Amino acid sequence: MIKSNSLFKKIADNDSPRRWLVLALIRAAAVITCVVAAVFFLIRIVPGDPAKMILGEHSTPEAIQALHHSLGLDLPLWEQFTRFVQNLFTHGDTGASIAWGTSTRELIAERAPVTLLLIVMASVLAILVALVLATLAATNKDRLLDHLIRIFPTITLGMPVFWVGLLLILFFSVRLGWFPVGGVGEGVAGTLYSLTLPAITVAFSQIPTLVRSLRAQMLEVLESDFVVTLKAAGIPNRVILTKHVLRNSALPTLMLLGVNISYLIGGTLVVEQVFGIKGIGSLLFSAISKRDFPVIQGIALYCAISVVIISLLIEISSWLLDPRTKGKQ
Amino acid sequence: MNTTLLDLQQENQGVLKRILNTPSLLVGSIMFLLLIGVAVFAPFITPFEPSEQNLYAILQPPSSEHWLGTDQLGRDLFTRLIYAARTDLKIMVLAEIIPFCTGIFLGMLAGYYGKWVDTVISLVTDTFIAFPFYLIVIIVAFASGAGQKGIYITFILVGWIVFARVTRGLSASFRKQEWVASAQTMGIPGVKIILRHLLPNVLPQAVVVLMTDMVGLLVAIVTLGYLGIGIAPPTPDWGTMISDGQSFITTAWWLSAVPGIAVVYTGIALSLVGDGLADLWRRK
Amino acid sequence: MMATNPILEIENLSLATSAGKSLVTNVNFSLGKGESLGLVGESGSGKSLTLRSILGLLPRGVEQVGGAIRSDVRSAMIFQDPRGALDPLCPVVRQLAEVVYYRQNVSRKASRTIALELLEMLGLPDSLKQKDRYPSQLSGGQCQRIVIAMALACKPGILLCDEPTTALDVTVQKQIIDTITRLQQELGFAMVFVTHNLAIASTMCSTLCVMKEGQIVERGESLSLLQNPQHSYTQMLIHSVLPLPELERGAGV
Repeated sequence: MIKSNSLFKKIADNDSPRRWLVLALIRAAAVITCVVAAVFFLIRIVPGDPAKMILGEHSTPEAIQALHHSLGLDLPLWEQFTRFVQNLFTHGDTGASIAWGTSTRELIAERAPVTLLLIVMASVLAILVALVLATLAATNKDRLLDHLIRIFPTITLGMPVFWVGLLLILFFSVRLGWFPVGGVGEGVAGTLYSLTLPAITVAFSQIPTLVRSLRAQMLEVLESDFVVTLKAAGIPNRVILTKHVLRNSALPTLMLLGVNISYLIGGTLVVEQVFGIKGIGSLLFSAISKRDFPVIQGIALYCAISVVIISLLIEISSWLLDPRTKGKQ
Repeated sequence: MNTTLLDLQQENQGVLKRILNTPSLLVGSIMFLLLIGVAVFAPFITPFEPSEQNLYAILQPPSSEHWLGTDQLGRDLFTRLIYAARTDLKIMVLAEIIPFCTGIFLGMLAGYYGKWVDTVISLVTDTFIAFPFYLIVIIVAFASGAGQKGIYITFILVGWIVFARVTRGLSASFRKQEWVASAQTMGIPGVKIILRHLLPNVLPQAVVVLMTDMVGLLVAIVTLGYLGIGIAPPTPDWGTMISDGQSFITTAWWLSAVPGIAVVYTGIALSLVGDGLADLWRRK
Repeated sequence: MMATNPILEIENLSLATSAGKSLVTNVNFSLGKGESLGLVGESGSGKSLTLRSILGLLPRGVEQVGGAIRSDVRSAMIFQDPRGALDPLCPVVRQLAEVVYYRQNVSRKASRTIALELLEMLGLPDSLKQKDRYPSQLSGGQCQRIVIAMALACKPGILLCDEPTTALDVTVQKQIIDTITRLQQELGFAMVFVTHNLAIASTMCSTLCVMKEGQIVERGESLSLLQNPQHSYTQMLIHSVLPLPELERGAGV
């Protein structure tokens, strides 16, 4: 459930890069099409009438009828879908919010920056910590330090991210008073400061998987022939590690981040709720409590499309950064 | 061609010996069995009822009468903790059954037959993976109505993906083996090859994944409970317990901390079992 | 056979895995200045591990459990897979210059000049001087020349060659062998040459040691060993890798 694989096949040595790129783009387009369809059918495949959920169990049939009409649920399915897609292309959203009346795109755009900032902060933090831990573990393979670092994922696997957030609040905010209990501060410094604890929480949920894969990756590099060549040639270990091993592990780290981006976004939405941050996550929960289907659909759509596009971009950039693909046409 | 009793005994001893030689499997199994035992025998372990309120003894710290103290309604925390284990573990196991089977089945189909079957199944899994896991869980659980039914529907819908992806990769490489091609040319039907030869090949790996996946599922159940769209009160559940305790985090922090520890304990037990099984099968 | 004034002496070398599985047992040989010795045998016979132990860079999980290695000169090594022996993300001339910088204690600028001289010595194309390239952009033979240049940058007294031609095309194999022979004549280093190819070993080396399952089963001067093999394993090797008509005595052994 936690570990998902990359959406796109890694470019193989014998692939033609151009063909690979075209295939990746087709694949991304196909997945985005399916995502749109999935979001559309989301409220139709689950049991229960959305209008009834919105209005409550004791609503009159007339009211339900009226709401069906305004949501367009009384139209034939195919027409509903064309309308949905049309609206998506012309306005870039999934209709007007039932609760707030404004367009879902505006609502999401208003809340997105703080969520994005939180995701970026958490990713940077997670990568830095994971790189240090993985390096320590890999260079001390099978020694005490390595064993200690390897126990880490086993312990943290079952830690609910919201619970970690609560414990951090309890310790750093309530006991030590170092950070605010929740909310977002004013100004750049205030915002960064108030997002520190949430970012640590999200990063914490990412670090175990990152460390596990990075350690394996670094071990592979450390045991590769070229490291032996460099050692045999008398280059100091410190130089081999910083100049060669870390650089060779950087690309896989980038790929790994692409793979985990979906899980990262999901975790962020939950953590926002714990820290009372007014981002996409809290918008989702307000929309859920208000039964605001267009907003829920909009959030699902934007998140999924971002995941597809980010995965594609990461794949393409790691391809561009790898000199091994440069010699070929 | 007859297997003697001695052979069988030796084989059994071999299995036992191998299990004893895999400490993570041993420790994990003991931890997990202990947990199951406590959950099953909950009524005999505690004198209280999980929803038994005592408004004269609310928010009490741990004592000899209330081992872990009481919550805001004066309910015994330890009692609720072990009754919650019943709810959460039961759902965790039951909700995994259908996704495990469908995932393996679809993964084998995609990997073994390839071509358009693979394209279609892969497109569906890729679409699901594009949605952040918690986003889709939250939305589906909400839309299918809060409570246990919602949780089961959610995981029937999204839980199979992991198994399908793992099995698909294994099946695709299995298919490339030469004897599979020769078996096909000899006219052995695909269904027979899949059930007789492919399934035993993918099952061990799928079971290892199942162990970590159950942890993910438990965390998801608890998270839904915390967010108020999972198991509905008064049924005890670790997630709602953490959520209830959050309001008292400054005065009675253990109300939130203890149920979380129970989740972490389950996670450690299952991931040890998973690591141990992986070890065991790798060495074989 | 003990060389007079040996620069490398290996006495009763034994290697094993950490788990205790024996990999190399009681290997003895010595090497004089400018001499070359061939280690032949099938894969897994412990040849490469013996080389790695001379370098002092045994793979993880392998330990020296007995014997001694004495050497008073530097050794350098060239590998079977030249592309794998180079950092794929580091341009080749920079990699070569880096070795020169750390091994010869010269300035960064001088290290580059020396690196370019080495390129010339190895017969690599001049275009590399203007524009550095990544290993993936060079051919296998060119990569092997870079690896040899990196080994020479260490100014070795002994060059350890671990099947340096196995991964190359047949035509390139010959060029690399010629290059190594030429350099040995010019620079006068000693050489331990590991291969499973008896033909190459006998042209490169005056002495051969045949290894099987971690032990030296037969040794001798190259030509006499080939003409008059004593050990059955050596005979088998000769029959399998040198299918020359005059050696196929005795019907279908």
